Amino acid sequence: MPKNKVLVLYAHPSQHRSEVNQPLFHAAENIEGVTTVDLYYEYPSYNINIDREQKRLIEHDVIIFQFPLYWYSTPAMLKEWQDLVLEYGFAYGTQGTALNGKRFMCALSAGGRSDAYQTEGYNHFTIRELLYPMEQMAALTGMKYMAPLALFGARTAKEEGRIDQHTKRWQNLLCALVNDQFDYKRAYEVEKLNPYLNQLILGE
Amino acid sequence: MTGYFLQAFIYLVAAVIAVPIAKRLGLGSVLGYLIAGVVIGPIIGLVGEETTTIQHFAEFGVVMMLFLVGLELEPKMLWNMRNRLLGLGGLQVGGTTAAVMGIALVFEQPWTIALAIGLIFALSSTAIVLQTFNEKGLTRTDGGQNAFSVLLFQDIAVIPMLAFIPLLALPELVEKAQSATSAAAEHHEELSLVAGLPGWGYAIVIVISIVGLVVGGHYLSRPLFRFVASSGLREIFTATALMLVVGIAALMSLIGLSPALGTFLAGVVLANSEFRHELESNIDPFKGLLLGLFFITVGAGINFGILFDDFFLIIGLTLGVMLLKALVLYILAFCFRIRKSNRWLFTLSLAQAGEFGFVLLSFTTQNHVIPTEIAQTLSLVVALSMFLTPGLFILFDKVILPRYEQASNQGEADEIDEKGTVIIAGIGRFGQIINRLLVANGIKTVVLDHQAAQIDMVRQINTKAYFGDATRPDLLHTAGIEEAAMVVVAIDNRDASLELVKYIKHSYPKVKILVRAFDRGDSYLLRQAGADIIEIETYHSALELGAQALKELGQHPFHVEQQKASYKRVENKKSDLLYQAWLDDSSGERFDNNYRQLFIHLEEQIKLALVTDRADKHNNDERGWTPPPKGYAEDFKDNL
Repeated sequence: MPKNKVLVLYAHPSQHRSEVNQPLFHAAENIEGVTTVDLYYEYPSYNINIDREQKRLIEHDVIIFQFPLYWYSTPAMLKEWQDLVLEYGFAYGTQGTALNGKRFMCALSAGGRSDAYQTEGYNHFTIRELLYPMEQMAALTGMKYMAPLALFGARTAKEEGRIDQHTKRWQNLLCALVNDQFDYKRAYEVEKLNPYLNQLILGE
Repeated sequence: MTGYFLQAFIYLVAAVIAVPIAKRLGLGSVLGYLIAGVVIGPIIGLVGEETTTIQHFAEFGVVMMLFLVGLELEPKMLWNMRNRLLGLGGLQVGGTTAAVMGIALVFEQPWTIALAIGLIFALSSTAIVLQTFNEKGLTRTDGGQNAFSVLLFQDIAVIPMLAFIPLLALPELVEKAQSATSAAAEHHEELSLVAGLPGWGYAIVIVISIVGLVVGGHYLSRPLFRFVASSGLREIFTATALMLVVGIAALMSLIGLSPALGTFLAGVVLANSEFRHELESNIDPFKGLLLGLFFITVGAGINFGILFDDFFLIIGLTLGVMLLKALVLYILAFCFRIRKSNRWLFTLSLAQAGEFGFVLLSFTTQNHVIPTEIAQTLSLVVALSMFLTPGLFILFDKVILPRYEQASNQGEADEIDEKGTVIIAGIGRFGQIINRLLVANGIKTVVLDHQAAQIDMVRQINTKAYFGDATRPDLLHTAGIEEAAMVVVAIDNRDASLELVKYIKHSYPKVKILVRAFDRGDSYLLRQAGADIIEIETYHSALELGAQALKELGQHPFHVEQQKASYKRVENKKSDLLYQAWLDDSSGERFDNNYRQLFIHLEEQIKLALVTDRADKHNNDERGWTPPPKGYAEDFKDNL
């Protein structure tokens, strides 16, 4: 029996071109205890069903945003989803405690190489820093944040044969979250999950 | 007269009983017909000598089949096939002829007889193979396509063969025949336009006929069909189609060419015509029946006397011939890089002798090339090999295909690049937009409309469309509904679309139905009939114009967009509820007070939904962003 129910909210507006996110999404689909939602599929005209989305959040323990990084943020759908679903009185405010105690993380692909996402690199900020709005969203809604899992240099990952390895990582992470065998404390402390994943996943 | 009725009845009974049983047992219809023939012929003895006469008549089914094959083949496609046609087909006929001839020479046959036998066995059965491909849905596979090119080459090659065989006549046989010449002379004399013409004159006649056929088919057929179609009489259209095929067959016979080749050519010429599907659906039943009759006569013609006298010889010869043909085919498949299961399909499907073998056999005996005794044995071998063919298809289906499927299932699933076609019924104002959207996205559509004038108009703007009444089952069949992914019903007639939806749902439950409805009542009827997706024709355009009105009145476009979305959502929900009420309503009219009250109630709901804010919690329908209450930031002071 899965101990945690994991919700993967996936936003990719151009899936017929996707090389990285699409295989990752499909890999997540087959894991027991993981619910996968393709937001652009369900809401092709951005008419998000707020009630359904709020119900989904309540039913799950771990919330994951999966997306390609667009201009250092999520694709428009995930922003719209935040704007509409995380309502006052549901996600925040004195009555808004529905998300308290849940866990939250981002799984993303980024075009730049990992050394670009450094203070000295041409992107000037680490991936964790760029995702601060997400981290603060988790804080305000009472969710416990985990550092992001990122695949860098996504445009050439296919040619360089890095996708299979990353898919494996992603599957291991999801399984660990479902079975609640994960070092959440350290996952909050590190800058990103990628290099530490083996240590973060705990044995039986 | 009574005799004819009895005859016809016997054949029909045999077919009606044997074919469905054979089909259910997975043997295919061809074997069913053959078995029916064997039962009423050699076994019960209900039919006898007259089968040969009937067979000549039934051979017309092959002619019709080639017309239909031609209709499916656009000239461009034929040109694209030229390599496979000449390469594969030419090598198959040449290779098999040489191999068979060589073996016959080993058995000390004179070379003329050996060559004739080689030619006879080089041919395969177009009738059985294409019919089986159709039934089993193998036509589009690589193996099926290659087999088709070979069959096509063979059918064309028959014509030079018929010209060549008289040159092989054996002097001693001719002499023996001299005595009976007087009787035979009357028999042989057929109507001919070209008898007694010198060689160059004959050539000119042939060229003129073929050019006339192509040009006439291209330019005259359209006005003719349009004229006939405008009469609105179906049977006259059928008569026209038959007239065309019979007429071409007659013309070809008159100038000494194969009727099959002539009708095939006419078919190719008409393949681009908007009347193609209508022609197909009219000729198809005739072809099916005549071919069936042909197979019955093959079964009935098996001479068990000779078979049992030389049982092992004939069985041995049959298996030998099939093995040899299969070997040649397999080698060719290997050389032409036909892979995996397709290689086996190609090899097994063409390993029999064919109906043109009979034609050549009777022609060779008439021309004193092959002695009658040998011809009788060979004819049994041809029939038996045709008889065994369905068995080979079963072998392919049950043994070979599963093995390859297993192997391919272990790898990555293939990307599906060819989606099923979409049939669009009705190409008026509504259907046109649908068709344009689908075609622009690379979806193959088959467009049908029953108004020739409408077809004319859309053809002028480069839309491919076919004349025909989509509510007729046979036309849907020829339009390929069995393989279609969905049917879009965009007909401008409520009763006709409802009937069509009911029919498709009943006969092809797997095919998705998308339908244009007129109004709410109509949409409920269609939904009840089983349509999958229903759009009321005026709904979206009215909503759009309403939204434009709001914008003109000064409302913000984004807000209008959201109001529109809300309207749609409430309307959908309402529509579901109303449909349930409509279904439950027992009154005949289905519009009684309950329904009306519910309608008014839901109308109020829509109004409410559009004016209230989500934050008011009066309803849950507004989708837009709602601000947190004023002063909410005070909540967070404690957390600092």
